[in-house]
Amino acid sequence: MPRIGVFVCQCGNNIARTVDTADVADNASEQSGVVHVEDYKFMCSAPGQELFKKAIKEHNLDGAIVSACSPKMHEATFRNAAEAAGLNPYKVEIANIREQCSWVHDDKEIGTAKSKDLTKMMVERVKHNRPMERYRMSMNKTALVLGGGIAGIQAALDLANAGTPVHLVEREPSLGGNMARLSETFPTLDCSQCIMTPKMVEVLNHPLITIHAYAEMEKLEGYIGNFRATVRQKAKFVIDDLCTGCGECWEKCPFTQESEFEMGLAKRSVIYIPFPQAVPTVPVIDKTECPKILKDKCGLCADVCGPDCIDFTQQDQLFELEIGAIIVATGFELMPNVYREYGGWRPPHMTPKKLTAKQRKLLPRSGAGRLVDVINGLEFERLASASGPTGGQIKRPSDGKIPETVVFIACVGSRDCNKGVEYCSKICCMYTAKHTMLYQHAVHHGKAYVFYMDIRAGGKGYEEFINRAQGEGAEYIRGRVSRLNKKGDKILVKGADTLTGQAVEVEADMVVLATAMVPQADAEDTAQMLGIGYDKHGFYTEQHPKLMPVESSTGGIYLAGACQGVKDIPETVSQASACASKVLGLFSKEEMLREPEVAIVDQEHCMNCWDCVTVCPYKAISPTELKDRNGNFRKMAAEVNPGLCQGCGLCNTVCRSKSIELQGYTDQQVYAQITSFDGAFV
Amino acid sequence: MAFVCKWCTYSGADLAGTSRMDYSPNVRMVRLPCSGRIDHQFMIKAFEQGADGVIISGCHPGDCHYNEGNYYARRRNTAFRELVGFNGIDIKRLEFSWISAAEAIKWTEIIDKFTEQVRELGPHNPYAELVDPYAEYLAIGQESA
Repeated sequence: MPRIGVFVCQCGNNIARTVDTADVADNASEQSGVVHVEDYKFMCSAPGQELFKKAIKEHNLDGAIVSACSPKMHEATFRNAAEAAGLNPYKVEIANIREQCSWVHDDKEIGTAKSKDLTKMMVERVKHNRPMERYRMSMNKTALVLGGGIAGIQAALDLANAGTPVHLVEREPSLGGNMARLSETFPTLDCSQCIMTPKMVEVLNHPLITIHAYAEMEKLEGYIGNFRATVRQKAKFVIDDLCTGCGECWEKCPFTQESEFEMGLAKRSVIYIPFPQAVPTVPVIDKTECPKILKDKCGLCADVCGPDCIDFTQQDQLFELEIGAIIVATGFELMPNVYREYGGWRPPHMTPKKLTAKQRKLLPRSGAGRLVDVINGLEFERLASASGPTGGQIKRPSDGKIPETVVFIACVGSRDCNKGVEYCSKICCMYTAKHTMLYQHAVHHGKAYVFYMDIRAGGKGYEEFINRAQGEGAEYIRGRVSRLNKKGDKILVKGADTLTGQAVEVEADMVVLATAMVPQADAEDTAQMLGIGYDKHGFYTEQHPKLMPVESSTGGIYLAGACQGVKDIPETVSQASACASKVLGLFSKEEMLREPEVAIVDQEHCMNCWDCVTVCPYKAISPTELKDRNGNFRKMAAEVNPGLCQGCGLCNTVCRSKSIELQGYTDQQVYAQITSFDGAFV
Repeated sequence: MAFVCKWCTYSGADLAGTSRMDYSPNVRMVRLPCSGRIDHQFMIKAFEQGADGVIISGCHPGDCHYNEGNYYARRRNTAFRELVGFNGIDIKRLEFSWISAAEAIKWTEIIDKFTEQVRELGPHNPYAELVDPYAEYLAIGQESA
């Protein structure tokens, strides 16, 4: 015979106002199996919990119902209290008589009757609750950081400095990401590479960080604490361990190609490092262009290489990493199609022959690629950068002339459902202001115009920065640009000033577009590979927009930086550090505890239909062989991996022989709830 | 009787509580992890117990906490609706809806509307009048024993 205690909470007056709690308690005491009832003002308070614990011990209860608020509020409180009193926590259930009764019904009679029913349902249910233990699982305390931009670097350093081994996977030949391209950063105008490269070197020299540059993650298996990642190390054709980074090869290489890092504004050799401060300083050979690899001609780099580290026979290699947590920091790119829509110069590495049919459709109908002096924000960064193709002198790409008039257009593609994306790219107002300053610092007699929709400068020192830019002579025109036309060697910018209601025409030498920030083109493929959620733009979704901003929807995978949403550098860095602290929190325990609400299989009754295997969204169920004591094959049966199981119960519902059940939500429990009420609705 | 998923609809109903909305008191909720956990037999059992109507509710398509559980619920519901009539139960006694954790108002509206709809149909008690066909034999058995 079960010994169940019912504890009815008055919640001050919150419940007692519309529910006669004493009556509910009395009613419950008449139910079979209920040996003790209590009616108290605040069950969740310290004296209330003491009362709860004392009753469990005194009456030797083997089940308890707390009729109080939503289980979301205090289920954990009372389960912990029960555990302290020696009752299995999973023998405690909450009947929700506040959110779903007293707060929504005004009539005291109705409220009391419904509370009685709700309590009764839970009493019947708890009779079928089984004592359960939380699962203890070992974990691999190594982290993987996907992406070597500032977010990935920060997260990797924070983790490694706290003693956690980190694998840093980056698909480009060097760490750095988009931040390495920037010339100076707002709002302090400090040089990006000056603050970035020391961190890159620190990563390189850190004994706990392993850099996998020019590598891509291909597959992920496992679950929080025990992931197995398959990484493809793309062939560099250079032996990492032997290379000293002397630079003989890329200086002698006679073939050139447009540099991706310089946004196509400069050339690079075919064996290359993306930029001089690259980390690691190991060059790679672009196998799509190298004549030695394509036609077996040349091979000059191998001849000049002192340590003899060039190997033209190298192949891509797959290797597996055992890790416990993943930080995704894959970053952003600038929207390419809207850039062309404005007639922007098409960087050669984005030429149509390399585009897919779908991308080609997005190409604009006219003007595309004709206006060489229309560039985007990142290209301007390269022009302004001291280590850029022009050595920090701002020269326009077409003829190398120093532009006298530059028009900056904000919100290109952002806040525009028709041509681009509906969100605000957030950083463009600030970097456009920065660009006007950089331009005017470099070209003293130059004139900068900014066409803007609104100025959004929320941030520490941001508004002051905008004021400073305007004070330094940039002319801000509130309005949109309708056309960019070629006029001689200039670009005629036609727009509107919506504050004066006038049409405006500016003859510009160069136009800079603050193009929308979008996720990486393959962000969705990456999300599917990792099994994390993404929104309609391709940004990865966090578990809760406010309270869990760095956790992805999958346990053990965390999100840092612009892959989760548009961000500036300070926000990216804070999010990366937040991710690192989450991972450290996870790794701080010896072993993981997880809720036992997972499916279990009665393997003797399993009849091998494998419906459960098909429906399981987490691939947690697999067929396994059962053997007799002599080790001979006896039968097949389903087996649940409790580490992967998230407790959705799909398998329980589809099981034909009812041999798989979700602990905590078994058929018996649900039927007990259903049959407890006699159909007499209030 | 309502069978709801704990992530969306149960939270939505909680929100209705915290927002102090008022709705029909005629609903008894069974909290399940996912709408995909809802078995046909739960609903049949509820009707058998004399429930006048059954509500099934979960997260909106695409919002499932378990990625795809609610799609199974939807498919299962499509199949089950065909069988409800066959079982002699009015289809109007079955309500299927998506209610997210933010849609407290939708929850109250659905409860109110559905209660009204069921009230018009009157009480559902076909089983109350059923006589156990074996009762006679059982009685004979007992007598002879």
